[in-house]
Amino acid sequence: MKKKSVRTGAKGNLWRRIARNWGLYLLLLPALTLLICFTYKPMYGVLIAFKEYKPVKGILGSAWADPWYKYLKKFFDSFQFKTTIRNTLVITLYSMLVMFPLPIVLALGVNQLKNRTYRKIFQTVTYMPHFISTVVMVGLLTLLLSPGSGLLGAICGMLGIEAPNFLGQPSAFKHLYVWSDVWQHVGWDSIIYIAALSSVDPSLYEAATVDGATNLQKIKYVDIPMLVPTAVIMLIMRFGSLMSLGFEKVYLMQNDLNLTASEVISTYVYKIGIINVQYSYSAAINLFSTVINFILLVLVNQISKKVSDNSLW
Amino acid sequence: MSTKSKRKSKVKMSRQDKIFQKVIYLLSALMLVIVIYPLYFVVIASFSDPAAVAGGQVWLLPKGLTLDGYKELFKHSEIWTGYLNTILYTLVGTAIGLFVNITAAYALSRRDLVGRGFLNLLFVFTMFFNGGLIPTFLTVQDFHLDNTFWVMVLPFSVSVYNMIVARTFFQNSIPMDIYDAARIDGCGNLRYFAQIVLPLSKAILAVIGLWTAVGLWNSYFNALIYLKDSSLYPLQLILRNILITNNMQMSLGSGEAMQVALRLSNLMRYSVIIVSTVPIMCIYPFVQKYFNQGVMIGAVKG
Repeated sequence: MKKKSVRTGAKGNLWRRIARNWGLYLLLLPALTLLICFTYKPMYGVLIAFKEYKPVKGILGSAWADPWYKYLKKFFDSFQFKTTIRNTLVITLYSMLVMFPLPIVLALGVNQLKNRTYRKIFQTVTYMPHFISTVVMVGLLTLLLSPGSGLLGAICGMLGIEAPNFLGQPSAFKHLYVWSDVWQHVGWDSIIYIAALSSVDPSLYEAATVDGATNLQKIKYVDIPMLVPTAVIMLIMRFGSLMSLGFEKVYLMQNDLNLTASEVISTYVYKIGIINVQYSYSAAINLFSTVINFILLVLVNQISKKVSDNSLW
Repeated sequence: MSTKSKRKSKVKMSRQDKIFQKVIYLLSALMLVIVIYPLYFVVIASFSDPAAVAGGQVWLLPKGLTLDGYKELFKHSEIWTGYLNTILYTLVGTAIGLFVNITAAYALSRRDLVGRGFLNLLFVFTMFFNGGLIPTFLTVQDFHLDNTFWVMVLPFSVSVYNMIVARTFFQNSIPMDIYDAARIDGCGNLRYFAQIVLPLSKAILAVIGLWTAVGLWNSYFNALIYLKDSSLYPLQLILRNILITNNMQMSLGSGEAMQVALRLSNLMRYSVIIVSTVPIMCIYPFVQKYFNQGVMIGAVKG
């Protein structure tokens, strides 16, 4: 008898705890509704990757593809498979190789700038390009690098050499993509590391000075170890988007001349799906890349957890 | 104590350190030039005679001062429609984004929320997995939102990253004691949130608001996918046509008249870059400290 009342008490307590905070659930409602409608509903819509989707029949009404992996196989067998995967991996890996360490190096450098005013100006200026839109950024590239009329054309004209058309060269695409990204975002990406460095206990530097450490040694033994946890998290996040190279910039930089080097998964998904209206095929390609990403993220996270004790979850 | 140690470190500054300092300052100055010069060049090019720009005579100061590029802009009414659309999308979208993300972030920050772990997971999972382009596109069509004003501001206003930043802020800077005290005085969650939490959270509201606004101002992807009606186009989509798509067609032509037309359109491109980017650039220095604060809050692992 007593036991039973205790039990209902606990249950009633749970409901009472939920009821007491009804306001919080109300606050959660708008975001949750949008999330379910526009993020989770499309996840269910992924089913069309395995169906012969016809808009009039709807997702459930459309027949299953035969075999169910028909569109995945179609992608694996298509001549675009190798190109898009290779381009995506080449650009993201190159980008990672450059865009991961450079902000760290920059932060270490900024931390050495002892003149407050100069440091502030430096930071303000290097963050600025981050606010330029992708469209304007690519527009800038086309304007400045066009061989006929741009800054590059003018410089080459002065040197008396013929200006190369970088925008039309497949081999130049990845360099243009990555280094314009560096120009635009390296300052901004360094903020997180500068923040981490600003929390270094000054007594560590004092102790190092007493021991006769040079500035370089202080960077090596005080600053860098301080940045490791942040850096590892950033690296894991980058691995998690290895296959999802952003659409916006690549698509804008694409032209018929450089297409062999610039067709990546996201632009191909767009063309197949939105332009050619092959919904099921496009969804299948997209799903393939999302799943690979997800697996990579989990894998890298587990490895990092074992090796360095840093992990996303 | 601190002055003493400072003096000490000054005395101890070795030759190697002095050289090191000089190298750092030199490299940073070089970087400043690399970042600033292209931007500065666009500004002077937009005021210069396009023939001089093409001929490589414009380096440090504008040459053959002209406002033709800016005058040309007024002939393109679609730019101004786009401008107006972008302002509307940015204002409404920022308001919706703030409302949606801040309310949810606060609820998720409360440790006494039953089901908090699960709800958090529900949000965070979407950062790493999604339905993809076509299923999302079809969903938006299902809701009859495609080719409407609302598709630009509503469906994708939940930003889990912003939510985590705000949640971390609430957890670290709004002590639970205040709520306990308010509750004893008969204050419910909603009133507490509106009258006590929000006024204490101006910094985070500024950060999230600005991030959202910059994102909306600069994005073109959703417009490209969902808008068919050119009267709804935001500025960035118009800019894409002017700066990139047309450029490719133009450069295929040749001949004298074509050259002149190409130069004028290049001049207009420099001007349109200035006109579209200046608003963001002007606000930026004033709000910079909030941006930095936000990144730092986000750096604290949520």
